[in-house]
Amino acid sequence: MGAAYKTDLPVMMAPKAPEREPILPHLRAWHIVPLVALCLLASPLAFAAEHDIRQPSLSVLVTWAPLLMKGFIFNLVISVSAMAVGTFAGAILGLGQLSPSAPIRKVAWLITQFFRNAPWLVLLFFAMFLLPFQISFFGLSIPLPDWFKAIIGLSLPVMANVSEIVRGAVNSLPSGQWEAANSLAFSRRQTMWLIILPQCVKRMLPPWMNLYSILTMATVLASIVGVNEVMTLTGQALASEGGRPDLLAPFYGFVLLLFFIYCYPIARYTVRLEKKFAVIG
Amino acid sequence: MDAVYDWFRVLYDETGINLPFLYDSYDRNRMFQGFLTTIWLSLVCLFFSVIIGVIGAWLQGSSFKWTRRIVNGYIQIFRNTPPLVQLYFFYFAIGTILPRVENDWGGQSPILGSFAWAAISLSFFAGAFNVEIFRSGIEAVPKSTVEAAEALGFTRVQIYRDITLPLAFRVVLPALNNNLVNLVKTTTLAYAIAVPEMLYEANQIWSDNVNVTEMMIFMLLAYFFLVGILVSGMNRWERAMKIPGYG
Repeated sequence: MGAAYKTDLPVMMAPKAPEREPILPHLRAWHIVPLVALCLLASPLAFAAEHDIRQPSLSVLVTWAPLLMKGFIFNLVISVSAMAVGTFAGAILGLGQLSPSAPIRKVAWLITQFFRNAPWLVLLFFAMFLLPFQISFFGLSIPLPDWFKAIIGLSLPVMANVSEIVRGAVNSLPSGQWEAANSLAFSRRQTMWLIILPQCVKRMLPPWMNLYSILTMATVLASIVGVNEVMTLTGQALASEGGRPDLLAPFYGFVLLLFFIYCYPIARYTVRLEKKFAVIG
Repeated sequence: MDAVYDWFRVLYDETGINLPFLYDSYDRNRMFQGFLTTIWLSLVCLFFSVIIGVIGAWLQGSSFKWTRRIVNGYIQIFRNTPPLVQLYFFYFAIGTILPRVENDWGGQSPILGSFAWAAISLSFFAGAFNVEIFRSGIEAVPKSTVEAAEALGFTRVQIYRDITLPLAFRVVLPALNNNLVNLVKTTTLAYAIAVPEMLYEANQIWSDNVNVTEMMIFMLLAYFFLVGILVSGMNRWERAMKIPGYG
């Protein structure tokens, strides 16, 4: 016994300070390595085959990078606007799903299920082809540009998902909240707005952020229907360089990297929020 | 059956609602092939993504630091980048590097076609989510169960295969189903690299017949019912798999 005594009982260990998890605990140098390695490794492989005096692929990428970044910012604009429209519409639809009147509830449920089950790309096509290119309003014709239709198309699935998030959050609250409010003579509307929804915001935030990150990644779908965002610009840049095969990997890798840099912190922060709220909730 | 087909032709003549995939045998065949391709692509991706998920979750429990790190890196990269760009990256960037083979009529064709690349890319995309889902399920299995199995002399592989996985599977089934439904919806992306799936064939038909509205509404309904059937089937399966008193 004495000094030689060893144990792994937790009570015998020196106390450890609880670790506070930073937002980006794992974003170390090696995390970027696979992406950069893909870009770098893939290009010389194709380039080695041909010996011309063309610009090396990476310097071509550097020339085009500012334009691609501008395209990426346009993606972000689309994602933020679609999220705003979708959240607003989805909140109304979600409250409709919780309505005391059965017809409103059923209609809201059906709309939610319909737009949730349809693929994003199909909904985008739907908005692109079926919305008119301009609308007449008291003799005033307002043009509807492609990017506007893309925002509408992307906000449809967002709306349905937000509706489900709202419904799920409200239903996840213990019914005691409703009963307590009822016994304090709050009306249904007052209970909803003053008691239930403020508590739900916290529960809705992580899935809502998750949805935003999914939406951001879905904005590239707009390239299929011809909106001038980062993917379209990448295709155009590749075409104007003469379709060199050694450029494909760095360019697509660059787009992947842009999205990764934007979405990864959001994903980490979402996980952190989930953990934080899990203890309280 | 011909009477039904003819009825839709009459419908077109009378009202202008043009549904060529019902009355025209060529378009009907195209649409049906597209439907089969969507189902087949979904099944292939389902299968491989679940395999990737199971193996990935097992590797994440490995005692080697670098194995865990590589699996984590894979998950983070595939979860935080757009699936469409992944698809383009696989198909255009990696596809052009691979050697070409001679095809039946003496020309050169890529070693893997668009369908194969779509299957690979979407499997990796859905697999990244599956790894996380399976890992959370494995963590939900009580440690004492695993310890009991260890005490009974099960090896690590046996414990994973016979104890942890069947229990974890029931915990993760809702999340897994959600992801698989998403995967079926994501197969529409294969449209972008010209895999002849349902959306692609619909596009062909509306290009030939200029009936975008009808085809678009049909596509929405088709996917609504396809996914709806899948969801209800999965829910039924969830109930059937339930162990009373567990999970």
